[in-house]
Amino acid sequence: MKNIVNVALPKGRLGDKVYDLFEKIGYDCPSIKDPGRKLLFENADAGVRYFWVKPSDVPIYVERGVADVGVAGKDILLEFSPDVYELCDLGLGKCRMAVASKRNFRDDTSRPLRVATKFPSIANNYYRSLGRDIDVIKLNGSIEIAPLLGLSDVIVDIVETGKTLLENGLVPYETVTEISARLIANKVSFKFKNEEIKEIAARAAEAVAKKEASE
Amino acid sequence: MTESGKFTLTRAERAVFGLRALYESRGYERFKVNKFEEYDFYAGCKSFLTSESVLTFTDSTGRLMALKPDVTLSIVKNAGRDGRDVTKVYYNESVYRDYGDGNGFREITQTGLECIGAVDAAAVGEAVSLAGRSLDVIASGRKTLLAVSHMGVVSGILRSAGADPALFGELLGFMEKRNSPEIRRAAAEAGLPGDAVEKLIALSAVYGSPDEVRDELYSICGDDAALDELFGILGSLDPDVKEKIKIDFSVGGDMNYYTGIVFRGYLDGIPKSVLSGGAYDGLLRGMGKKDGGIGFAVSTDLLESYRPKDGGDRETFRLVADR
Repeated sequence: MKNIVNVALPKGRLGDKVYDLFEKIGYDCPSIKDPGRKLLFENADAGVRYFWVKPSDVPIYVERGVADVGVAGKDILLEFSPDVYELCDLGLGKCRMAVASKRNFRDDTSRPLRVATKFPSIANNYYRSLGRDIDVIKLNGSIEIAPLLGLSDVIVDIVETGKTLLENGLVPYETVTEISARLIANKVSFKFKNEEIKEIAARAAEAVAKKEASE
Repeated sequence: MTESGKFTLTRAERAVFGLRALYESRGYERFKVNKFEEYDFYAGCKSFLTSESVLTFTDSTGRLMALKPDVTLSIVKNAGRDGRDVTKVYYNESVYRDYGDGNGFREITQTGLECIGAVDAAAVGEAVSLAGRSLDVIASGRKTLLAVSHMGVVSGILRSAGADPALFGELLGFMEKRNSPEIRRAAAEAGLPGDAVEKLIALSAVYGSPDEVRDELYSICGDDAALDELFGILGSLDPDVKEKIKIDFSVGGDMNYYTGIVFRGYLDGIPKSVLSGGAYDGLLRGMGKKDGGIGFAVSTDLLESYRPKDGGDRETFRLVADR
């Protein structure tokens, strides 16, 4: 009997794009598009059961084995380092993690750099690799305001178009890493549902390659 | 105790009894480890510990002591003191570790075995067989699987490509995640030649029974002594253990510690490995010993955390006092 694969999808715009990809590669589940408050959607014929969770929670559901596979941004994976397999770069939700600051900013290397961010691990790892001493200020939102009010010298945050930064008088001046959505899998599920998960990863990789070739 | 004289054993307790019986039937003797060791002992072996954090306290004589984060190191220290060629011991102990996941230090109960000294191929095969049979003891009706790899295969590729040993850890970390884009990036940054990079990526994708992946592995690695050793060990296993085996190069470890076969055991329904071990000649060399060693530990507390959904494997014992 075919195993049902539990898939954790990230709520929001990225999740919609990810579901569209899964639908395209043969893992459709029409009920997922029904309006309502349902959280679990299953298509036994296609062998999938989907559920929506907060994007930053996807790796937790996968690491704990509640979801066999899931889709998470590289930013979340770098920040929390979950013990999961990273099977495929889906090429969706492409953006970058960047350092940004006020236009006239100049790094005063005589003191620790104050860095405001939602991603303290990524910021610490980046500046450690540069040997730069920093003071990390963990914020949960509205990061752009931190340098404007003097809370921090720079921010480390996700930049898509850079428009929000510009509107706040900030400029991105260093790329920490490129970000995109990754297909992740629980290490034990990968073993006990190997055929099914390998098939999902192979079909996703094929679709991504086709899309990239056509662009 | 549920009623007078009647006891229901927890899964962890039953597992410990079952594992003890298994190991004693193969000539392994019980080894009781001290709960504490002097901190200096672990300070000198930090690179061999799963987590560098060690829980310390000062005893009444002013010595800095540590609650043990690892059992193998203590057993290795004592191995061979009785003059025997091979030390075969098992243990059931608690270790104290901080995995850096925000939960702080935790007490982890482990039952395992170590075989140290003049360890030949037969002894290695026996240890791997016992790892497979340990999974049967704790399975409670669940499917079991023993994923194996060999550190010599990956280290051979890296060494022959002239990779800086300082990069081994990073590359192994990406192999453990089956993350081929990052393997490619890290290997390119390290200046590894293209064929070595492709070999690592191909190895990280391998997964299957020994028979399924044998040809694929030899076509990736060519003639390879470590691969020969791995298939030699797997060929010596009993059929019922061999059928649990999957070759999986995402099973890794510290190359300074493990040098030969490494393995992890899994039960369907428990989202992490319940058994972990391998051949650790590197550890012994690091501790100034010339012998070989192989061992593994079963994390029995995971059996309580992740009970089978039907819960139908309870077993009740009545204790009877003979008056």
